[in-house]
Amino acid sequence: MIAPPATPVTNVAEVRDLRAYYVTETSNVQRTVRAVDGISLQIQEGEVYGIAGESGCGKSTLLKVLLGMVTPPLSIVGGSVHYRVDDRDVDILALSESERRAMRWSVVSYIPQGSMHVLNPVRKIRDTFRDFIAAHKPSWVRQTDEHVRGYLNDLGLPERVLGAYPHHLSGGMRQRVTIALATILSPRLILADEPTTALDVVVQRGVIQLLEDIRARTRSTLVLVTHDMGVHANLANRVLVLYAGQVMEEADTLTLFEQPLHPYTQYLINSLPKLDERAERVSIPGRPPALDHAPSGCRFHPRCPYAMEVCKTVVPPLMEVRPGHRVACHLVNPPNGSAAHAVG
Amino acid sequence: MAIKFASASLGVTRDLLRSSPAFRTGGVILAILLVLGALSFVAPYGQGDRRVVPVDRPPSLQYIFGTTSLGQDVFWLTTYAIRNSLVIAGLAVIISRSIGVLMGSFAGYLGGGLDRTLSGFTDTFIVIPRLPLLILISFMIRGALNIVWLGVLLGLLDWAWPSKRYRSQVLTLREEEFTKTATFAGMGTLKIILREHLPFLIPFLLADAVSGFLYAIGMEVTLSVLGLSDLGSPTIGTMIYWAGYYQALLARRFWWLGAPIITSVLLVVSMYLISISLGRYLDPRTRLKAMAARSAA
Amino acid sequence: MPSAETFKALLRVQDLTREFVSRRGLSTRHLVAVDRANLTISADQHEILTIAGESGSGKTTLARMMLGLVEPTSGHMLFKDRDVSHITGGANRKWFRRQVQPVFQDPFATFNPLRRIESYLYETVGNYGVAPRKTADEPIERALNAVGLSLREVKGRYPSELSGGQLQRVSIARALITDPSLLVADEPVSMLDASLRMSVVNLFRELKARQSVIYITHDLATAYYASDRVAIMLRGWIVELGPVQKVLGEPKHPYTQLLKTSVLEPDPRQKSTERVSLATSDEGSFVRVGCRFADRCPHVMDICRTVEPPDVPVDGRLVKCHLYESQSSTEEAAEAAAPLVASAT
Repeated sequence: MIAPPATPVTNVAEVRDLRAYYVTETSNVQRTVRAVDGISLQIQEGEVYGIAGESGCGKSTLLKVLLGMVTPPLSIVGGSVHYRVDDRDVDILALSESERRAMRWSVVSYIPQGSMHVLNPVRKIRDTFRDFIAAHKPSWVRQTDEHVRGYLNDLGLPERVLGAYPHHLSGGMRQRVTIALATILSPRLILADEPTTALDVVVQRGVIQLLEDIRARTRSTLVLVTHDMGVHANLANRVLVLYAGQVMEEADTLTLFEQPLHPYTQYLINSLPKLDERAERVSIPGRPPALDHAPSGCRFHPRCPYAMEVCKTVVPPLMEVRPGHRVACHLVNPPNGSAAHAVG
Repeated sequence: MAIKFASASLGVTRDLLRSSPAFRTGGVILAILLVLGALSFVAPYGQGDRRVVPVDRPPSLQYIFGTTSLGQDVFWLTTYAIRNSLVIAGLAVIISRSIGVLMGSFAGYLGGGLDRTLSGFTDTFIVIPRLPLLILISFMIRGALNIVWLGVLLGLLDWAWPSKRYRSQVLTLREEEFTKTATFAGMGTLKIILREHLPFLIPFLLADAVSGFLYAIGMEVTLSVLGLSDLGSPTIGTMIYWAGYYQALLARRFWWLGAPIITSVLLVVSMYLISISLGRYLDPRTRLKAMAARSAA
Repeated sequence: MPSAETFKALLRVQDLTREFVSRRGLSTRHLVAVDRANLTISADQHEILTIAGESGSGKTTLARMMLGLVEPTSGHMLFKDRDVSHITGGANRKWFRRQVQPVFQDPFATFNPLRRIESYLYETVGNYGVAPRKTADEPIERALNAVGLSLREVKGRYPSELSGGQLQRVSIARALITDPSLLVADEPVSMLDASLRMSVVNLFRELKARQSVIYITHDLATAYYASDRVAIMLRGWIVELGPVQKVLGEPKHPYTQLLKTSVLEPDPRQKSTERVSLATSDEGSFVRVGCRFADRCPHVMDICRTVEPPDVPVDGRLVKCHLYESQSSTEEAAEAAAPLVASAT
């Protein structure tokens, strides 16, 4: 178990009431997709922060905004994203593109989904590393090979991958090489987008191991975005549950799995089969809403077994019911008052 | 079934007229040409009539396009030329692309020995030098070569290259999962090609049809200018032939040469504009995007 | 529905092998994707048999051979006692496909995006003569109801208008229209979101009443949940075969054990701290002499590197491993390989 960071806690990144929409027009029909619709969160230094959600919950868009990759048709409609760099608060969305590029890979790095397909198929691994370092850390260029070999050794990856082409390596090895590439400059924050999806069971375990090792060795912060709750259970310190572009619940991992408060979280966890159990599991009826016409009020209400009248009209505010445990649900926080205070 | 097709076509046409300037321009030009071609049915003179009007008159109010050295009204001659050239090219395209799509699709879908045989046969056809062959044939059957036969002949010689391209497209489509689903739904080969694969081939087919059309027009002009086609029937090519025979260029009777040349240019341009706008509209990718937009609205 | 036919086994796979030959320049490489597989699906009792394995295990190739999409290089496959290893002729193919239907992995690729979804249902009804055109709606409605949908919900819609979960259900419904004896589902839920998976897997459990299901997956948790027996595949071999509670509950083969410990349980209290070591590339293991797990096996012995392990019956299942070699008897062998005669839960 990775120990959560000891106090005092500094936030590496902070997102405040972020709203990011896609506006497109095809065949004279305009669509506004509210991919991120009011998300606030804080990422603490040194932790493993999990973002859980199914397809269509807005997590990919959230990642894009965190990286400052905001190009039309995506636009920021409200809110902010701040990083703590060298004791200063940097608003990444206020930076120019070249400044943002400087931040990428050295402050924030990104392991994209389907990483095994990211490597250039006609370049040897060694050359891919060289190109990367030359582009992002020119001061290392003279000793590139030493740095790379050293890093791979530290991570337990065999040196001989350097002389290979991507297609010589297995899918899992390619994934790990891509992870090594993304983290070789010791970024403070690593964003991993579905790092284990489409990988074999044993390889998934290896990738998780690798991410743990990297985080421990570089003391960086890891943000893990995946719909696979098994990965969160095994790796994350805290988990944020997203649904239809909004936050439903956030808590430390153990609490979230043992006492989930939001009905969506409950179903998400209870519907997963466990090895050694054949008792009937129930699944949530219906499917996540399209983000261009989301339901009014609480976005989960059409599928929620406990939906009340108020759920259909009023968006439940995100409230901290216990230290470190936030929930947005009228069932947990009845609309007419309780001691919990609203957290933005 | 025919009604459904007709109403669907009408809907498509209306959509395109609204959204695509290329289609509007091309459509207008083609419409004008078609109207001219249709006028040939009410022409005051027959196709082969000569010496019905004074010779070599430049364009005037009475003879809008002027007259020829043979005593023909260039305007009405042009309407016949448009009609006949369209018939030739239309026949050629329909025949060549039907054979091409079926041959290519079957070869691509069924593979194996059949594919090898069909492909070998196709390759033989590709290698045939078409112009010399056409010259030879028309030389041999000079008397019997009329508009319809010319169109059929051109069609029978132009299916080979297109069939290779359809084959390669079907090779890809065959590997799609939905082809397997269709197989397990009990659909036979022909049905799969027509219902599952053809919709994806249509954008390509349209562009290809235009190229086939233009090839046929070009071939007809070439043969006619060489004096090898049915010189008694007015076509774009034969008009040019006769104008050249009577040295219209030297004698500065530009109207006689100008009419067929301008007509052919307008025909090519309008067909091109229509095919690219129609192709873009029917492209499965844009259709899917439009579907997604509509279903979300 | 009582069947007038009697046969010894629904599906019998005997030494089924599929080899791929690739020529690169002057060298030729033989890849044995499926190596002498042996399986039997009983005629008396419907069951769900899972074929589990990682990528490169051969499970997909085996599934495709079972569907008749790929022909074996050697070995036999018998369906209702008829040899279907190399089917020729439209009538034979139709007879086979009426009774063995697939469910594919990607619901969005399963249907042509330009066709309305119900057209496939009507096609199936018409082409197999399930019902005359006037009453075609009945078997379709029945099939859709069996998967929790109705004709009204899906009629006139294109695949893009439905969710992955709904599309997969329609795909299953289409497969059910001819009332097949066997469904072969290739990773039917791997492309669905985690929370939607269970509804489809539950569906397979319900379908067991009328048909047997061969369920291909790499997800051991759903395999444990849904199936009666499981076959673990590694590089073309079936390394362990038996009742699922035994194979996944107390795995005997070292590879199965590795798989089990690698599974990421969605429970933070049960985190495993064992470390795994991964292979760099897959190539070598396909052509190795001896056991294909030798280079990763924690219990590897000398014999493992030279001699192919035998299929040994151990504790009611078959294990392809030298570790258990001395513990067999012919009776145990027959029992271990046989399908279950009583449904387990």
